[in-house]
Amino acid sequence: MIRTIKAASATALAIAFLSSAATAQTIKIGVNEPLTGAFAASGTYVVNGAKIAADEINAKGGLLGKKIELVIEDNKSNPTEAAAVAEKLITRDKTPVMLGAWGSSLTLAVMPKLVEYETAMVVETSSASKITTSGNPYVFRISPPSFVEAAAFKNIVDKLALKKVDFLVINNDWGRGTAEDFSKMMKEKGITIGLIETMDQSAQDMSAQLAKIKATDSETVIITAAVDQLTLIFKQAAALGLKKRIITTGGSQNPDQIIAQAGAAANDTMHLTTFLPWMPEKTPNPEATTYFINEWKKRGFDFAGCTESFRGYDGIRTIAAAIEKAGKAEPAAIKDALWKIDVKGLNGDIIFKKSGPAGQESGQSFPNVYLVEISGGKIVMKDL
Amino acid sequence: MDQLLQHLVNMLVLGGTYALLGIGLTLIFGIMNVVNFTHGILYTFGAYMMFIVVHQLGLNFFVALPVAIVAGWLLGAVIEITLLRPLRGADIDTTMLVMIGAWIAMQSGALWIWGGVAKSIDNPFPDAPLVIGPVSVSWLRLFVLFAAALLIVLAYSLINLTKLGKAMRATFQDSDTAALMGVNVSLIYTSTFAIGSSLAAAAGALLGPVYVVFPQMGDLAAVKAFAIVILGGLGNITGAVIGGFILALAEELGAGYVSSGYRDAMGFLIIIMVLIFKPTGLFARAERVG
Repeated sequence: MIRTIKAASATALAIAFLSSAATAQTIKIGVNEPLTGAFAASGTYVVNGAKIAADEINAKGGLLGKKIELVIEDNKSNPTEAAAVAEKLITRDKTPVMLGAWGSSLTLAVMPKLVEYETAMVVETSSASKITTSGNPYVFRISPPSFVEAAAFKNIVDKLALKKVDFLVINNDWGRGTAEDFSKMMKEKGITIGLIETMDQSAQDMSAQLAKIKATDSETVIITAAVDQLTLIFKQAAALGLKKRIITTGGSQNPDQIIAQAGAAANDTMHLTTFLPWMPEKTPNPEATTYFINEWKKRGFDFAGCTESFRGYDGIRTIAAAIEKAGKAEPAAIKDALWKIDVKGLNGDIIFKKSGPAGQESGQSFPNVYLVEISGGKIVMKDL
Repeated sequence: MDQLLQHLVNMLVLGGTYALLGIGLTLIFGIMNVVNFTHGILYTFGAYMMFIVVHQLGLNFFVALPVAIVAGWLLGAVIEITLLRPLRGADIDTTMLVMIGAWIAMQSGALWIWGGVAKSIDNPFPDAPLVIGPVSVSWLRLFVLFAAALLIVLAYSLINLTKLGKAMRATFQDSDTAALMGVNVSLIYTSTFAIGSSLAAAAGALLGPVYVVFPQMGDLAAVKAFAIVILGGLGNITGAVIGGFILALAEELGAGYVSSGYRDAMGFLIIIMVLIFKPTGLFARAERVG
């Protein structure tokens, strides 16, 4: 018995040595995403998209002669955890660059760690404007800030003949930032802003807020939340007989999931999204989009997740391009190289422009924003 | 006025399930004196049982409900026999630590088995709501309200009208005397914990289809259950029911007329008030001290 245990532990030790030797041959990329908690669905989609990119790159021979390895950690949809995960990825796993952290509040919590350890992070989803305007030179964002969403939406408000608008937003940096940027734009357009209602990120019952919105004289509600909360809002709004036009922002709505779960309640709602998986021919990079969607389906993932997962895919390809350009997997070199890349993203070219106070600018790429409408259970693109 | 009516209807539906959570916990926390941190995970467990029976076994929604409640009862009995029985007589802190451990272990287990992504449960009720004048409510929620009311009445009768209920009350008042009178004290401990647990599982099974199901869903529910128990007075069943409705009313009106951002804080503001002005809870009878 003792001999068996000895043999087993020797083998285990040998395997441990071998595998640590093997990891030295890879380039590590940290992935800091919410895999549990309020944003679990969205974070999991992003991670699955990131894995597709990593597999694609490795199948083509990897980077600088090495395979890439994603070190994926769960930030539990919690800003404190997100900061701890960043610290762990940098100090323990020695990842020279990271992807993260989905939510604006999560990303904002990680940002001081980036400065402390001088490591860059590609921000794939967060939309609070202040992420790239607060003077953090280690932040490179590929998702549109909410002021860009608001500006894109500006062109269509006349066509929609908006008069009075209420807001129902998630009570964090993302939701409050969106309400601020959109109401500013709408006030300039002469639209009256009614209620600005908030909900906790983990709230499941929004009936009270919706009953309050139902009683106002506005004709439109702008809603900012991630997909799980959004489907609950749609069901609860239908149950309350709320008959106002609903427009969602933030690009984490997964319209197909809303159709599947909210049924008829989803009809005539509009959604600002940042990807068009329903019509790859209309995307800036149809070939890559088709490849990605096919790969996504081949892996048996829910098609609805495409509107979220492409960010993980684009994020890893952005990081890979920077590592390639840097010629070495070191934090400072990768950070400098991020400024010089031009990646054909699924939603437009990824080129970082300077944003924020001079001397410590963040990188911001400006992808496309689309407005889609659910009509008769189908998704239709609206011209912006 | 229309808005107020809608808030009151919402309050009734929400209050019914809060009351269910509160009764379950007041039995365990109030009567057995066990600070039950597994109450929230039993709520989660009930919801996942619904998911398994409806989606993985493909059975009827109305079959799933009793299955979930019985499963909650069994899990409660197992927890009592394996974790609490060896600790009988231990001080409250030791028991509390063990229950915290059980909570973390079971929550991680749920995460391991079902993953962190929320699941939704189909229900057989029509999508179109019931509309009466200015008030509108979904059929599913109406069903939840009636099912909760039925369970509350059942639990109340069990504790106040049956011999088992009398034995339970006797045991927790003075277990030595109860044992001398021929009460099987061990059995009473187990069944009380199991009944409390099955009520938590029932609340989860009823609310799972209304919301979505995920491993951490019970955390907020447990906090609210503790709030309801403190509000109603420890061990007071009627107090727990009324406490559940008061908390629901505070949340609805707080979100509707004060600030929706503080919705979940409203209940706790009330509790602070109760603890300052009537620390034994709103409905606690005068207790003999010493």
